[in-house]
Amino acid sequence: MKKFVIRRLLLSIVILFFVSMIIYAIMRCMPTSFVEQKAMALSQKPGAKSYQEWLDQLNAAYGLDVGIVQGYLKWFVKLITQRDFGDSWYFNMPVLEKFSSVIWYSFALSLASFILEIFIAIPLGVIAARKQYSGADYAITVFALIGISLPSFFFATILKWIFAIKLQWFDLYGIVGRNYMNLSTGGKILDMAYHLILPAITLTIVSVGSLMRYTRTNMLEVLNADYIRTARAKGLSEKRVVNHHAFRNILIPIITLLGGTLPGLFGGAMITETLFQIPGIGYTSYQCIIQGDIPFVMFYMLFFAMLILLGNLIADILYAVVDPRVRVN
Amino acid sequence: MSEEKNLNNEELALDDANRVQVLSPGMMVAKRFFRNKLAITGLIIIACMFLFAFLGGVVVPYSQSEVFYTSEEMKKDYAGATEISEYQVFANEGEELPKDISSKLILALTKKEATITTRDGSTFALNELNNDIFEIASADGSKSLAYVCKLQAYAPEGGLVESGLTAAMVAARANDESSFEYNGATYTVEEHGSGTMVRNASGEDVAYVTSYSINAVENGVIISIDFREAVVAAISSKADSFEFDGEEYQISNKNGQYTITKYKNTSVINQFEAPSSKHLVGTDGNGMDLLARLMYGGRISLLIGFVVVAIELCLGIIVGGFAGYFGGWVDTLLMRLVDIIYCVPSMPLYLILGSIMDFYKVDAGIRIFYLCIVMGLIGWVGIARIIRGQILSLREQEFMTACEACGISIRRRVFKHLIPNVIPQLVVFASMDIGAVILAESTLSFLGLGVKYPAASWGNIINAVNDSYVMTNYLFVWIPAGILILLTVLAFNFIGDGLRDAFDPKMKR
Repeated sequence: MKKFVIRRLLLSIVILFFVSMIIYAIMRCMPTSFVEQKAMALSQKPGAKSYQEWLDQLNAAYGLDVGIVQGYLKWFVKLITQRDFGDSWYFNMPVLEKFSSVIWYSFALSLASFILEIFIAIPLGVIAARKQYSGADYAITVFALIGISLPSFFFATILKWIFAIKLQWFDLYGIVGRNYMNLSTGGKILDMAYHLILPAITLTIVSVGSLMRYTRTNMLEVLNADYIRTARAKGLSEKRVVNHHAFRNILIPIITLLGGTLPGLFGGAMITETLFQIPGIGYTSYQCIIQGDIPFVMFYMLFFAMLILLGNLIADILYAVVDPRVRVN
Repeated sequence: MSEEKNLNNEELALDDANRVQVLSPGMMVAKRFFRNKLAITGLIIIACMFLFAFLGGVVVPYSQSEVFYTSEEMKKDYAGATEISEYQVFANEGEELPKDISSKLILALTKKEATITTRDGSTFALNELNNDIFEIASADGSKSLAYVCKLQAYAPEGGLVESGLTAAMVAARANDESSFEYNGATYTVEEHGSGTMVRNASGEDVAYVTSYSINAVENGVIISIDFREAVVAAISSKADSFEFDGEEYQISNKNGQYTITKYKNTSVINQFEAPSSKHLVGTDGNGMDLLARLMYGGRISLLIGFVVVAIELCLGIIVGGFAGYFGGWVDTLLMRLVDIIYCVPSMPLYLILGSIMDFYKVDAGIRIFYLCIVMGLIGWVGIARIIRGQILSLREQEFMTACEACGISIRRRVFKHLIPNVIPQLVVFASMDIGAVILAESTLSFLGLGVKYPAASWGNIINAVNDSYVMTNYLFVWIPAGILILLTVLAFNFIGDGLRDAFDPKMKR
């Protein structure tokens, strides 16, 4: 087990190295770069140097006057030796500082929708499996598939239109209300939570479908197993059969799946955050991508890749932990 | 013949092969699939979508980028009017005055001096006549050079009258004469409304002298004398509007500057027109017909879905097949490649590539093509993993050993025995993936980095909601496109779901 984990971690580091190389190359191909826009703005001021002079100076300042390979090596060496991702150009502060200031918004949002998801998806999935091919099953299946098929931006817009514009229960954008500064600490937290309601609903509905279908499929498999037939033959009530004998066994795949999605809670929801302008990691990185802020985007993409790898690793480990029949190799 | 048939029917035994209906595995799957209501619903929706997008685009009378105009009554400035408050100088026929005479004249008037001295040192006499009219004469008073008053003389065609004639008129007015001579012709002067009308000997209007300066806003518009009269009458009665020649004019005053406006039909882009018989879904912010855009957008969205999945299938089958079949170091190498691509977050990557294309100003049509390739190159890893997993497990099964024992060639083994067993998973995955690709494309287009205007796609039609005003007031702009995306993706998911159930032999109904 230990050996397996260490091997996987080493492999992950190699993968991350290549991933960062690919991303750096692509980012350097982005010609509408931050530096050019800045040089353009600076050169238009009265009595300024010419655009080309500014461009050369800024390129030197931001370390872009070297080739892609050297630039990458520079970035990489700095990361290894100083554990420093550099400064975000767009926000003008260290990348890690910016990251730590925005990540908790994203985490709160993702966690809220994650919990909601579990509480909606698992019971509904179990009900659908128990009454296979009934009206309830059809309704739940259709609901799950609609959730999977809903474009998040469209659903978010509908929610905004209904709740923010027509009913005016929520603000259209942002994480804090107008009189945020006058609130007490508890009030501030409540205000933020209040602003996270619509994005959390959006995220939940969009991602609840897959978990629901997963639960249903696994429950169907378990309900067709021999030990369920035995339990029923013993004369146990249907409720006890489902809630004890069957439910314990569907927890195995579900815990594996959920464990794998845990790291994803830190990944942020780019589209939803952008639409509601929640200043989490997703919206921040969206702004940085649009602006061509190489250090921050490099960090974000690597961070995201790391989360994916970590999720896979956790899922594999959990698989072995929860199900004693599985041997890690 | 019929007798024979009857005989046959009678002689059929219970276990006769003709009585037992044999279904091939494919038929079994099809039968299970068509029993599934949801799958049928999905198929119907997809068929309707294709008809809507591909046939509808042919039938609909408009193209996706045809701009519609509408005429709108707009208040346009017609003329400006103001009371003449400065003294105007009118030189007599053939007289030249220094350039700075006006300013020096005002100086002399305010100081109430009787002489004007200009910069070049020449002096003039300034005599006050009656009716607020002054005369500029040579210093010795022997010769009249010009007349000064707060009036202006307009020709019937709207322009100004030559200075000499005006001076003669003003002189006549100062002396309260009802006629005067100028250049050998006799003119009569008479009161006309608020000003005076000057006519020549044959009774034609020559000029109109008024204390209001009225000028048209647009060049080439002739302000007639009657119109001047009407404006002055409106100003003196402090009216907000007046009628002239059957048309309604509005007049507004701003510190003595009067603006005359008039409603005029102008052609404007037909923005956000509500659904009507001409535009069944209305028009968007560029005055384009939304129904046509939805149809053409549907073409793009469906096409991108299918093309991307085709690219993914090609790459995925090749890579996954190689890795699974050969195993060993080939497998390791290819799967590490898959891991790397799998770890690159796709949405941010699409955004970056979208902005790169933005910079190079890639043409909208070519952009769609690039978009397909990029999405295909990133999305194939899932398929490769499925194929590899399937092939690895199939390789270990007895029937493959049997194939080998029978001496069947590798090619035949792969194409006849391996691939058909992978197809179910592939078909299910592909149909679900088309939905996912359409979603990704519409999200990108919504963010303005996918399919670009003027080409339509369902995502960039919804893009209009970035303007909160449009989102609030023009539901018909974004709701239909969203519903179309939802329905299409849902249909592909229904079909994938139905196929999964149909291929699964354990699922009995």
